[in-house]
Amino acid sequence: MELYIHIPYCRRKCAYCDFLSFAGCENLQKDYAAALFRDIESRGGILSGRPRVETIYIGGGTPSLMYEGFYEELMRRVRESFDVADTAEISIECNPGTATRKKLSEYRRCGINRISFGAQSAKDPELESLGRIHRFEDVRETVAMAREAGFDNINIDLMMNLPGQTQDSFLESLKAVIDLNPEHISAYSLILEPGTAFYERYESRPDLLPDEEESCRTYESAVKFLSDCGYRQYEISNFAREGRECRHNIGYWKREEYLGVGLGAASLIGSRRYAVTGDLSEYLEKCRYASTEELSETDVINETIMLGLRMNEGIGISEFQSRFGRDAEENFSDRMKKYVEAGLAGFSEDRIFLKVKGLLVSNSILSDVMI
Amino acid sequence: MANTDQSKIRNFCIIAHIDHGKSTLADRIIEKTGLLTSREMQEQVLDNMDLERERGITIKAQTIRTVYKAKDGEEYIFNLIDTPGHVDFNYEVSRSLAACEGAVLVVDAAQGIEAQTLANVYLALDHNLEIMPVINKIDLPSAEPERVIHEIEDVIGLEAQDAPLISAKNGINIEEVLEQITKKIPAPVGDPKNPLKALIFDSVYDSYKGVIIFCRIKEGTINMNTRIRMMATGAEADVVEIGTLGPGKFIPCDELSAGMVGYITASLKNVRDTRVGDTVTDANRPAAEALPGYKKVNPMVYCGMYPADGAKYPDLRDALEKLQLNDASLQFEPETSIALGFGFRCGFLGLLHLEIIQERLEREYNLDLVTTAPSVIYKVYKTDGTVLDISNPANLPDPSEIDHMEEPFVSAEIMVTTEFVGSIMKLCQDRRGVYLGMEYLEQTRALLRYELPLNEIIYDFFDALKSRSKGYASFDYEFKEYVPSKLAKLDILVNHEEVDALSFIVHEETAYERGRKMCEKLKEEIPRQLFEIPIQAAVGSKIIARETVRAMRKDVLAKCYGGDITRKKKLLEKQKEGKKRMRQVGNVEIPQAAFMSVLKLDEE
Repeated sequence: MELYIHIPYCRRKCAYCDFLSFAGCENLQKDYAAALFRDIESRGGILSGRPRVETIYIGGGTPSLMYEGFYEELMRRVRESFDVADTAEISIECNPGTATRKKLSEYRRCGINRISFGAQSAKDPELESLGRIHRFEDVRETVAMAREAGFDNINIDLMMNLPGQTQDSFLESLKAVIDLNPEHISAYSLILEPGTAFYERYESRPDLLPDEEESCRTYESAVKFLSDCGYRQYEISNFAREGRECRHNIGYWKREEYLGVGLGAASLIGSRRYAVTGDLSEYLEKCRYASTEELSETDVINETIMLGLRMNEGIGISEFQSRFGRDAEENFSDRMKKYVEAGLAGFSEDRIFLKVKGLLVSNSILSDVMI
Repeated sequence: MANTDQSKIRNFCIIAHIDHGKSTLADRIIEKTGLLTSREMQEQVLDNMDLERERGITIKAQTIRTVYKAKDGEEYIFNLIDTPGHVDFNYEVSRSLAACEGAVLVVDAAQGIEAQTLANVYLALDHNLEIMPVINKIDLPSAEPERVIHEIEDVIGLEAQDAPLISAKNGINIEEVLEQITKKIPAPVGDPKNPLKALIFDSVYDSYKGVIIFCRIKEGTINMNTRIRMMATGAEADVVEIGTLGPGKFIPCDELSAGMVGYITASLKNVRDTRVGDTVTDANRPAAEALPGYKKVNPMVYCGMYPADGAKYPDLRDALEKLQLNDASLQFEPETSIALGFGFRCGFLGLLHLEIIQERLEREYNLDLVTTAPSVIYKVYKTDGTVLDISNPANLPDPSEIDHMEEPFVSAEIMVTTEFVGSIMKLCQDRRGVYLGMEYLEQTRALLRYELPLNEIIYDFFDALKSRSKGYASFDYEFKEYVPSKLAKLDILVNHEEVDALSFIVHEETAYERGRKMCEKLKEEIPRQLFEIPIQAAVGSKIIARETVRAMRKDVLAKCYGGDITRKKKLLEKQKEGKKRMRQVGNVEIPQAAFMSVLKLDEE
């Protein structure tokens, strides 16, 4: 199974972000750490024994903001309560402006072996408009420090379709990032999430954002450019050198079980989803995993389709059939046919998958082929 | 029965233009005759259909019997027959009038005579009713009772100097109305000993009592032992119950005799056996001839009605059957559309009737409907000499088999203040109207007479009329005749496939304009899909207009990790729900709203 640990603190809330995070609450860190440790020890109260864990992901928020020594204690406690595999992938998200040599070597020391930097852009004006606290020079320095600290598995996040961005300016950002030679690159298209500053600013002004044609061209050229540089696309927004795909995220898309620890974290255990409260004071007071969803067979089929088709390898047909039965598989394959004919999807050997043009309109396809 | 003396019975109706206060006056009369507490008043009002109250239109005839103790010390029985208030139900109105000796004409003290005022007066005069004018809403700041009195005298030629000046809403001067009813409206005549002749002016289906006939006994007497026969439909049955109509309740009695108004229940299952206008007689002692004026009313407007969810087809059929129990003029028969699946072609008296049925199906039977553009009946003269009645454009024969076609025309009267005459004339001209004449009722108001093709007024003529006259124009029409006309079938092709449910019949002159607007409208209504969708309008094989819905290029969620899966699954499921509510035509999903957008082509 997989373990997700959520750190909700940020130095400042970015203009586009709707993740559960708070700016300016650093003095609460110790209280929060105590609550986290409590839930790790009880394994959320929803798991028994000492479950085997193959991947761990520490996300946020800004995990790199936590006080020194926190991660050593965290990982010690995780290992007490969980059977962490020797080969486990253990990732941490890190803001280029907040990492220090000392922190990076602490991460390494406690077994964290993958680091993800939220660079977002190599263009400083774009970073400023996003409300990021760093500049691209910080990314360069921090990546170098991470290499020195011994990280051999680095991801860099970029954002597409930012206000004023063009195909060319994005490819320039991409090139600057590739020059840093990371093992993995994520490129997320901006989504205007209600409640964010960006939503207020741009929802009523779509003319300030790249238009549909421009953003499709940007996406398609980015996929090609990355592939030419040795980064194979394996999911809508994710690219990696051979063997460096993020195992933790693939776990989500393959519907592996996961336990989420921390404020607002989600879990999938058996056929149930759980969510932890998003109310910080409630969370600090006591551990409470509320079951939010009992998944029906239909839910499981739909999730398998909607998550499986996010990945370039798509869905294994015989695997689908043995899991859900012949009728469900034929139904699914039948409905995919017209997209194969339209050049949006493909069949290969035993797999059905979306092509790049299909990934771009995946919501339309998914909402059609889901049951 | 307290009083069966014919001379103390007053059978009357109230006629008025819409909104002039007919129902309010009816309520006041019931209240003032002392039979209802205000609580019962509420109940009585609640007995009406929601729709009637919302729209302020009386759809079904309502009949109330009350007792009025007049100033002369005598008790009078008032039978108030409230008539439907819309041109669609003109025939029902005429039968209700035929059940009365007099009519209370309500005229708004501010608005004066309107188109329906005149239409109703003419109908009442046709039935030789004594007309008693009443000026309502005298408490309005804009009330001009003197002007309205003159208008009534000048335009209708009715003595109006002593017309009661009232406010039905505020209960002002209602006594005077009641007194005048006893004095001005004649008592009924008719011999209780003659063979039975009772005029059916309404009938309803009740799940406990079966069919309830509302009737006016013109001649003879009916009692519990009578075996009744409907003279037009031939249906016969034994009487189960007879009685009079108290406010909000049935009051059974032993017999009804000439001059009286009441109800009959008999072991009849369907209102089709008891059609409005038919004569009830005694099967064992039948009248020699029926009362005059019966006719079988035929629908004027047709449309296809389809359940939004195809699985609801049997529910729609059941609902239509139930509505038909109470509405003999509603017709329906199964039809199939390639685009919409299984549904019914339904016939209505007019557009209001159509809307009422549609709303009742949706509200009372919880059905989600897709309705096709309304159509009239076209007479198609084929080259082989046969004549077809076509109400569904999809059934129009190939043009090569058609010799010529005819469409129904109506004669219309539009009353409007003079400042809007120009724009109303323009509207009528645009709708292919034939100008017949104009009369000035007074200096500021004119009555325009037109002949108009029915198919031009069943869409949105009334709305257009209102918007071009700031709401002041009033309108009334009746069917005139079928007229030869150059008509064509306009087809809509979506992604090169003809969508049968979007075809309609238009005059050749307007085909291009309609086709263009239709394509524009559909372009707005059809959401972008994964491929480009051409939308074309065609007459025969000739494409006359085209629009294109561009292909959707991008519709993707960039991120989907552990915490978002539920939310994003819901999002996709919602998107899928949206698609389910669309109709698949070839590869294209067409939203249901698109099928109804043909109704709104003339929005300015």
